[in-house]
Amino acid sequence: MISVNGESMKWHPGMTVREILDAKHYTFPMIAVWINGTPVPRDRFDETEVPDGANVQAVHMIGGG
Amino acid sequence: MKEMKILSEWAYSPCEPYRGYTGKTLYVNVGNLKFAEKNVTEEMKEKFVGGRGFGLKLLWDAVRDETRWNDPENEIVISGGPLCGITQYPGSGKYYAVFISPLTDQTYDSNSGGHFAPLLKFAGWDALEIQGKAERDVIVFIDGDEGKVQVLESPFRDINAHSVTEELHERFAASEKDKRFISVIATGKGAENTYLGCLNTSFYDARRGIVRLKQAGRGGGGTVLRDKKIAAIVVRKHGWSGMSNNPADPETIQRLGLKLHKEIYELDDKQSRMRRVGTVHLNEIMNDYHLLPVHNYKFGQHPEAKNIHSTIYEKMFTQGIPDGCWYGCTMACSKAIDGFTLKTGPWKGRTVSIDGPEYETCAALGSNIGVFDPEWTAEAAFYADFYGIDTISLGTSLAFVCECYELGYLNEETTEGLKLGFGKAEALMELIHRIGEGRGEFAALVGKGIRRMKAAFAERFGAPREILEAIGMEGQGIEVSEYVSKESVAQWGGYFLTLKGPQHDEAWLIFMDMVNRQLPTFEDKAEALHYFPNFRLWFSLAGLCKLPWNDIEPEDNLTKYPPQEAAKVPEHVQNYVDLFNAMTGKKIDKAELILQSERVYNFQRVFQLRLGKGTRKDHSIPLRAISPVFKDEWEARRDYYDEQLRSSGVDPQGLSTEEKIKRLQELRLAQWEKLVDAVYRRRGWDKNGIPTVEKLEELGMDFESVVAVVKKHTRKEDQWEEDL
Repeated sequence: MISVNGESMKWHPGMTVREILDAKHYTFPMIAVWINGTPVPRDRFDETEVPDGANVQAVHMIGGG
Repeated sequence: MKEMKILSEWAYSPCEPYRGYTGKTLYVNVGNLKFAEKNVTEEMKEKFVGGRGFGLKLLWDAVRDETRWNDPENEIVISGGPLCGITQYPGSGKYYAVFISPLTDQTYDSNSGGHFAPLLKFAGWDALEIQGKAERDVIVFIDGDEGKVQVLESPFRDINAHSVTEELHERFAASEKDKRFISVIATGKGAENTYLGCLNTSFYDARRGIVRLKQAGRGGGGTVLRDKKIAAIVVRKHGWSGMSNNPADPETIQRLGLKLHKEIYELDDKQSRMRRVGTVHLNEIMNDYHLLPVHNYKFGQHPEAKNIHSTIYEKMFTQGIPDGCWYGCTMACSKAIDGFTLKTGPWKGRTVSIDGPEYETCAALGSNIGVFDPEWTAEAAFYADFYGIDTISLGTSLAFVCECYELGYLNEETTEGLKLGFGKAEALMELIHRIGEGRGEFAALVGKGIRRMKAAFAERFGAPREILEAIGMEGQGIEVSEYVSKESVAQWGGYFLTLKGPQHDEAWLIFMDMVNRQLPTFEDKAEALHYFPNFRLWFSLAGLCKLPWNDIEPEDNLTKYPPQEAAKVPEHVQNYVDLFNAMTGKKIDKAELILQSERVYNFQRVFQLRLGKGTRKDHSIPLRAISPVFKDEWEARRDYYDEQLRSSGVDPQGLSTEEKIKRLQELRLAQWEKLVDAVYRRRGWDKNGIPTVEKLEELGMDFESVVAVVKKHTRKEDQWEEDL
């Protein structure tokens, strides 16, 4: 299992950041992702794998409408 | 155009701006035709900064406690701010209009792009204060070239924003090219016939060769303008440049501007695509996250939202033209649809250019009323500007009407022959024309906004008041802007714990709260509802647009800062600190930037109190803003809402949908009260939402007249227990 923004999510080997975002329907382009406190560059979401037990923060950067 | 008769004229010596200020404000009374020049003191700059701060200060001095929106002493005060008019940094052409609102009976501030604010300053004025009521329609003309102000008899019989602005550019310009040295504030007939009147602000688009309009849409400023019988305000000024503000440190302004231009050029296509589609990039995003208002905020998503996708608007907007509404704005989000042939209304058959629509209009005159047709929305947006009506209040009011019709509270007879309802595009367009032109009692009632409709529908048509209160999406008398707030506790505050009502310019916390889950406690939410409203208020003091703050972000924003900080876009906040210092020669830091705002925030809160508002009872919230009201709303997201109950310790098993809704509403109303308490404490207010004298002293806003208002309304029982 991993945690995404505080919610549990089932993990599988080879799971990427992109898969998580797709599963959560996170389509917002200005999103920032941290895995266990380490930021992941946006252009590496497709290939970056997430380890089991990871704490993932998927932060939508907009601060105002 | 026939010659305009001069009713009164006054000569002045224009002061050049120095470090962002001319040091003078202009007073015009269109009733007794008097003019005056007022000095801007150092204390005024220190405590109120400029823009909205100046507007509130001047309005405070001008009105009585009993003044209402249509009293002659009510004013419209228009002011940019010390950074307004620079051309090096994107988004630097805004003015903020301050007035007592017909919708809310308290102060309102509404902002607009266009060229008016910079030209006003270069004409010698940090603010324009207009008071009184003219006997007949007039035009106020500020001639910064000749150093004179005139009140002229208006030649216009049929007031619509497009004709008035175009003809006045023509009248006051020596040539086509010369039109860029003129800007006009005007409204339309709809502003007279409703409380939803907007202020249209012009700029000459040299590439298209047309006059275009931006809007200070909200709060009914256009209605106040027409109540004063002002057809338009015109400013003319030649011979200025991007350095006309005479900043203390021009190199720093240049450097900061270049840095942001580079970010925008390199990153906008990967981020918000503002340069291609403006704010309509939000259309599909809001739909994806259940935040797009659909059918009077019942739902946050709709299958037909694909029809209003930004890619569709992208094709409608003319591309390849730098669409800034002030010089130097490379964000260029003022998109326009060119060559559009109108299908309805007084200009049916004419081919026009349409400004926008922006996201709010796409939702208000689109999804919220169940119309998913961009061509229809574009036409409705055009006519809203033409009639001088705020698209947001108009759309939200129409959404309320549609639901009331579908609930059976209205019928063809009460609507004077209109078969209304969500998606009834033809009837809704007809209603817009009736509202704008002032045809019929029902249209007149809709144009007064939701608060008055609620009372009238109950009284005249026997509609149940309790339901109307639950589904009528307004706060403090003004209609909610276009986001579904019900799933974000923090955004309840972002909308309904505000100075002037549910407009999204104080705080938009939905992602931080609901999606990112960065605000888990009430204290966290209260902190965000302290920081963001104050940070964002600062744009209104400086004369800036908010969009270049966070609709573009530096590439390393997410790697350089922890998540909580990154949402503030710290590098851009530092840009604003540096810009302010480079302009004024002062030495503020990020903390003082917030302090500048907090002073004005609390002053405006006390101002509302002075006008008989500004207490806890005025911070009320409709049920639909925090919860589903009807079964279909719950059923549309049954699993989600059942889980909401479970996570709050209520087992939904065996409960009917009606029982579930009732339980969730009870839970959320209790949360609302906790939120209000937490926010008031954080802001230094008492339990009744009144700033304490100690807070005013701490901010240095303990002016005698301000403290007197607070003391008059403060009750011992409203002190927090720990303060007793």
